[in-house]
Amino acid sequence: MNTPTTPTDDLPSGSGPDRPPDTAADRSPAGGSTITEATEPGDGERQTPEQVALGRRQRFAESFRQFRSDHLMGFLFGIVILLLLLVAIAAPIIATHDPSAIPRPPQKLAPPSTDHFFGTDQLGRDIFSRVVYGARTSLIVATATVIISTILGTLLGAVSGYLGGWVDLVIQRIVDAVLSIPVLILALFIASLLGASITNVVLALSIIYIPRFSRIARGEMLRIRSAEYVTAAEALGAKPSRIIFKHGVPNLVAPIIVLASLTFGQAIVAEAALSFLGVGAPITEPSWGRMLSTSREFMTVAWWSVVFPGAALSLGVLAFNLFGDALRDHLDPKLVR
Amino acid sequence: MHDAVLRIAGLRTQFRTRQGTVDAVSDVSFDVRRGETVALVGESGSGKSVTALSVLQLLESTGSIADGSIVFDGRELVGLSEKEMRDVRGREISMIFQDPSTCLDPVFTIEDQLVEALTIHGTARSDARGRALELLRMVRMPDPETRLNAYPHELSGGQRQRAMIATALALDPQLIIADEPTTALDVTVQAQILDLIRTLQAETGAAVLFVTHDLGVVAEIADRVVVMYAGRVVEQGSVFQVLKDPRNPYTAALLASMPGAVAGTGQRLTPIEGVVPSLLDMPSGCRFAPRCPHAWDRCHEADPPLAAFDLNRESRCWLEVDGAVDGVGTAEVVG
Repeated sequence: MNTPTTPTDDLPSGSGPDRPPDTAADRSPAGGSTITEATEPGDGERQTPEQVALGRRQRFAESFRQFRSDHLMGFLFGIVILLLLLVAIAAPIIATHDPSAIPRPPQKLAPPSTDHFFGTDQLGRDIFSRVVYGARTSLIVATATVIISTILGTLLGAVSGYLGGWVDLVIQRIVDAVLSIPVLILALFIASLLGASITNVVLALSIIYIPRFSRIARGEMLRIRSAEYVTAAEALGAKPSRIIFKHGVPNLVAPIIVLASLTFGQAIVAEAALSFLGVGAPITEPSWGRMLSTSREFMTVAWWSVVFPGAALSLGVLAFNLFGDALRDHLDPKLVR
Repeated sequence: MHDAVLRIAGLRTQFRTRQGTVDAVSDVSFDVRRGETVALVGESGSGKSVTALSVLQLLESTGSIADGSIVFDGRELVGLSEKEMRDVRGREISMIFQDPSTCLDPVFTIEDQLVEALTIHGTARSDARGRALELLRMVRMPDPETRLNAYPHELSGGQRQRAMIATALALDPQLIIADEPTTALDVTVQAQILDLIRTLQAETGAAVLFVTHDLGVVAEIADRVVVMYAGRVVEQGSVFQVLKDPRNPYTAALLASMPGAVAGTGQRLTPIEGVVPSLLDMPSGCRFAPRCPHAWDRCHEADPPLAAFDLNRESRCWLEVDGAVDGVGTAEVVG
């Protein structure tokens, strides 16, 4: 029964004209409202059975199609994100040189050429390859950070919001405390305490981003907790854990997804900032932030050593931010900006 | 009277407020017998919904049962742990809510919601899927196979209420509490849903506690009626008796204010003067006395008890008690 009978070329809005005539005949004639054939009058604007029958996959495809047509910019930057991901994954294939290799004789600060697309840095390393590998570092840190802080933050917030009472009080005061410290200062503190490594950067950034997810999740959970469907679930005998995970979390994912995509961009910048300051990725890992930091001394003689890593960083952040914005508008059509 | 599936006695439910603790309902006693429909009637704030929610102990965190007993199927529910209550909810007593557009979770399909109702109490997921379709057929959902995959917003109000009723029926409970299940629906759909509840009750043999403010609905669906006013039961008896021959001035006033009572006669409706007293500031005597056309001194001085008379009829009014003293009825004081 799940197959769509007509290719729906646009979002269903209960449009009547292209509805096959037989569907009306399926339903009992209006007015013949016996109990066995319940037709509800005033039902005209409801969707036709085919539209109701749209499966999850079709719904997703429909939503995707609308995203593409309404938010073309966001969609294009979504593709940029995918390309960045591809570059990060296929870095060994795409890179033309070993990113850490110092050739002999070293061609220090060589301008862009066919051999070195983006030129070389002060040690003679290939900047193109380093930018490509830098995408790896950036995306690994950002992805891990976003995954950890999304899951933990949402969980904390949902539990906090549903249970209320002292649990809520304790969790939210900790959240307040973390939120009251400027992001970069706290990240610097944690990262320098733990030492420079990818794991530690992820850890530091996760600690910083968990509170914002927990805030949003808690607010949503408070709304959900007072919703009637939660009372209805309780009336069916559902346990608190079931209500939090089955009814709470699925109903609060939309704002969380949006926040996650925006946090992605911020995590990329934060990683670059930490690396720029020397407490981020270790020296052995090519990182956009560290490249900017070391090449700023040569900015006047070798523009390419700053411009390319900088451009990569900007593109990454821009892509995630614009995609996130578009996603927010798409998931929350009520929001008028 | 022995085969009462639900017996509420002396129920008092309190709420904590900024102005102190108030009794939202007090001294509420009535029975629901097996397979019977009892209508719980009253104005807004009369305590009918609080009574219904007290049975399932689904009160807000500020509310609690302070006194009384609720015996369901021979088992005392007051004092059960939350865990024990969860076993009762849905499986033995289920609930239908007022607004079907908000009590179905918007992110799940109808099938998911039905499956959940079943699996909470241990039905295997594989069995639950088949049963879900069966339930939709039972509630006469049009085109049930398709509706299984629909989300709540894709259904009409009446269809949503059918789905809600299906979740309530999922585990074949002995008692269904329906809290104004037709209030949020169109009048024409209301009639269908009432019809459906009546039919399903005949099919399943479940007892129904039907909470409503609409006496017209009461006449259609109930066997017996319990009238509440300001947190108290003021009259109860069979629907026929109570609607035809109300013994309590409040019930009489309520009936007189219904459009049906004077329809076509050209008379104006008779409203009940005044408002329901605040729970924080109850009159000292009979709670209805300030609005009662028959009130005399005694009504303002002392609260009348719930007096039983005739067959299974009770009324909380000095007229009744004094009538008994005069030897008119064979009333005994129960409350």
